Amino acid sequence: MSSSILILGARSDMARACAQRFAREGYDIQLAARDPETLQPDAQDLRVRHGVTVSLHAFDALDSAGFPEFLDGLPVLPNVVLCAVGAMGVQADSQDDPSKAAAVLRANFEGPALILGLIANRFEARDSGTIIGISSVAGDRGRASNYVYGAAKAGFTAFLSGLRNRLSKGKVRVVTVKPGFVATKMTEGMDLPARLTAQPDAVADAIWNALQKGKDVIYVKGLWRIIMTIIRLLPEAVFKKTSL
Amino acid sequence: MNLSGWGQFPTLDATVLHPRTEADVARTIAQGPLIARGMGRAYGDAAIARRTLSMRHFNRMIAFDGDTGQLIAESGVTLGEIIDALLPRGWFPAVTPGTKYVSLGGAIAADVHGKNHHKDGSFGSFVDWIDVMGPEGTVTRAMAGDDLFHWTLGGMGLTGIILRAAIRLRRVESGWIHQNLHIAGNLSEAIDIFEDTAAATYSVGWIDTVTGGAQMGRSLIMTGEHSTRAQLPLDKRARPLAVPRRKGPGVPFNFPAFALNPLSVRLFNMAYYNANIRRPMAGLVDWDSYFYPLDSIDSWNRIYGARGFMQFQCALPLESSRAGLDALLKAISDSGASSFLSVLKRFGAQDSRLSFPTEGYTLALDFPRSQRAIALMPLLDKITADHGGRFYLAKDSRVRAGTFHQTDPRWTSFAAMRRETGLARAFASAQSERLSL
Repeated sequence: MSSSILILGARSDMARACAQRFAREGYDIQLAARDPETLQPDAQDLRVRHGVTVSLHAFDALDSAGFPEFLDGLPVLPNVVLCAVGAMGVQADSQDDPSKAAAVLRANFEGPALILGLIANRFEARDSGTIIGISSVAGDRGRASNYVYGAAKAGFTAFLSGLRNRLSKGKVRVVTVKPGFVATKMTEGMDLPARLTAQPDAVADAIWNALQKGKDVIYVKGLWRIIMTIIRLLPEAVFKKTSL
Repeated sequence: MNLSGWGQFPTLDATVLHPRTEADVARTIAQGPLIARGMGRAYGDAAIARRTLSMRHFNRMIAFDGDTGQLIAESGVTLGEIIDALLPRGWFPAVTPGTKYVSLGGAIAADVHGKNHHKDGSFGSFVDWIDVMGPEGTVTRAMAGDDLFHWTLGGMGLTGIILRAAIRLRRVESGWIHQNLHIAGNLSEAIDIFEDTAAATYSVGWIDTVTGGAQMGRSLIMTGEHSTRAQLPLDKRARPLAVPRRKGPGVPFNFPAFALNPLSVRLFNMAYYNANIRRPMAGLVDWDSYFYPLDSIDSWNRIYGARGFMQFQCALPLESSRAGLDALLKAISDSGASSFLSVLKRFGAQDSRLSFPTEGYTLALDFPRSQRAIALMPLLDKITADHGGRFYLAKDSRVRAGTFHQTDPRWTSFAAMRRETGLARAFASAQSERLSL
């Protein structure tokens, strides 16, 4: 029987690239997102290019009550789950409007953490599976420019870390991905430095390679590990005066 | 941002839009004139405009029929992606230009040709239908026989936004090509070889544009056939469609990867000829090396430096080909401007609304941008016009509107149609404005 991957937040550019990467390796693909019927062309594309089985599933990361039913509706409990759910929001909006801040916190932390928690339990019961969470370098230290999003990602990073710790004695693996800048719809129109910006395909390759090598936490571009290490090590007295 | 074609000249300060849905495209069209862009492989100004619509997000394959070889795909899919997906199942593009990094939409808009034009015609011969979004945002499925279909093939994106198309692929038994090398000591011999090898599926000539005198037009003409499984050596028969990704040494007639600075061009023209006439006369070549020798050099267009380079490609009718080519080669040789890669090819019969190919010969030249080359161009234009030839818009960046309309009156009626139907207000490129299309 072929392996399968569940992709949560399948409409994002990183998710689409990952679907292509895993399908190329022969994985059957479960695409989950709101309005899944709009992903039909992507499903067709995966079938035509790679000859794999693709299924579409309605999934709303903010509807945690519906999570068990969503999981029961999958054709098979997958071997791998990749969570690409997230929304950056606008920092200024998050500062002014608590409901907007709440939406960012829920979409980037609460929803992803709760669904992966449920999946982790099912993987643990089966004693196999790989959980891949796409977090962010923004979660490594809170900065004025995007700390609501960053705080949610910090929470998600901590959740994945704890999950990995809890499951490390069994065969379930947890991988944290911190892509740095990626040229996606989310960042379109931003003026990003080319050397720090990855293409979605590169993120997918990095994730696939991390899986093969058994990595726990990856930065897609190595430079980011250095940058974020420096940023984390800055004394707070210095850091609070910076504008990064 | 500064946007240019593959030749890096001219550049234009352009806003590039990246729609993801048809609704996005319709909205963008409503906001003002624009041109669609795929992979940006047109050399000149065909796919640049103040507002340029990138079709890169429209890159899905929608359906493939393994019995007929029909592929339905969005216009941003590249030929390389099609090969990756379908060569393992025994299918290959029926017509391919010299790069696999061309989008389906671009291939249709320029109605590109390949080494098999003399036998199979242009890309459009294998297109079943095209979905085109017009000025009002409505999508029309243009079928062979429809006016829109025939204006869109070779119409340089000026009939609307090509969203998706159905094309027919060719069945192949292997990913290998049997290649034969023919040596022509001068132009006349080259033409004789093309005429004698008309039965070959693929044929293309590399022509020396530096050497003059009795050897003027000396050429290496390469013919090729898809290898059947039975024709492959034993070690390749087990997996005939699998071709190693990296090209190893020992591939006959491979192109060199050295720097292409203008000074080396003259040397290269001689060395390439001399190196190859000593090579084996026949050999087995993988599809990638055979069809796409330059694709292995990433961003080879940049090797020419920031000044960019100028492409010139004309097609001459059969009856005036010998005289026309002779005059073109004399003019190039006399000018001292050297074309690095010069390609000669026999075109078969084609009668299209706008497409470039016409029965006869086509000569493609590329010159590093220099004063000499710039001075030479009008002379080449005049020789082309005097011999009843025409110009290839996918290569062009500088032909004058008057010369263009004189050589290709088909475009004059196309331009009138565009003005009458409102297409001209919705779809325009730097090229269409320069040439009054």
